[in-house]
Amino acid sequence: MSLKAIHLIFVNALTALSFGCAIWKFMDYRSADGTTGDLLFSLAAVAVGVLVIIYGRYFLKKLKKMSYL
Amino acid sequence: MEIPYAVHPRPDTGIYNAKVGIWLFLASEVMLFGALFSAYVLIRVGTPPGEWPHGWQNVTLGTANTLVLALSAITTLMAWAACKVRQFGKFKLFHGCTLLLALSFLCIKGFEYYDHLTHYEIHLTAASASGGSIADGHMVENDPGKDYVIIEGRYVNSEQQLIDLRSQKDVPETELKIPRSQIKDMQSYGPWHNDYLALYFTMTALHALHILGGSIVIGYLWGPGRKLWKTDPEHFTNRVEVSGLFWHFVDLVWIFLFPVLYLT
Repeated sequence: MSLKAIHLIFVNALTALSFGCAIWKFMDYRSADGTTGDLLFSLAAVAVGVLVIIYGRYFLKKLKKMSYL
Repeated sequence: MEIPYAVHPRPDTGIYNAKVGIWLFLASEVMLFGALFSAYVLIRVGTPPGEWPHGWQNVTLGTANTLVLALSAITTLMAWAACKVRQFGKFKLFHGCTLLLALSFLCIKGFEYYDHLTHYEIHLTAASASGGSIADGHMVENDPGKDYVIIEGRYVNSEQQLIDLRSQKDVPETELKIPRSQIKDMQSYGPWHNDYLALYFTMTALHALHILGGSIVIGYLWGPGRKLWKTDPEHFTNRVEVSGLFWHFVDLVWIFLFPVLYLT
């Protein structure tokens, strides 16, 4: 497995983590002790998740010719 | 005699020797970290309800470290891609960035450790004037020559109040001067404090050692090791890829460590 393949796995894991954090902080915001900071963190995590997806597509396009092996 | 497949891939497998080596090594690393994650799960599920600490980590610093490592994974990939298209200048730039990001990660981690090791839980012989029998906070002054210690913190009635800190973000902290004669025992938030911190320090310190080891390899390739580029650029590119595989593994471990230790 090449660096390209493990990078793809990393990008997927990071995307999952970003959206996971977004959900976690949004739940915190909805709870009785929720703050605006929780909502901002949640929105920032969504933004990071979207950016990571965009980056993932970019890097796959850029390294199209490189092998996964 | 030349060692076969040291640089060029073996035709039937499509990979070169060093790649086989690093994947075997990473398989052993998976077992090492897997054992620690298993220990975490077993200890956590065995803890009675309400006794597992929550909110003990600085999520902002943990998030910053996650972003730092994510960026370093990108720069590692870019450095390898630059080698592949024979752009050595770009390689140096991206690998230099990886090195700086790795050092930033270690600095932030060091600050977090310092914060834990200067945070004390002090059990008192009798309840304080405010009613609490435990003082909890960061050490300000602990001079053995003086008959008191000063911490920046608060008094609480029981250890139970210190277990879940998620809803206690805005608790006011003041400077507390505690006479040594009133101290029954005093312990910092190091790995000896409880199971959670023992796991936290073991797992993150092992991970930080991997970051340090990876930084040394990256630093070598960026510095003295780059001589190989002049004589055998393909061999050098393979070395960059192998170091990148290790670096991505270390980053992936952090992707699991962060939610497990900081968010749950």
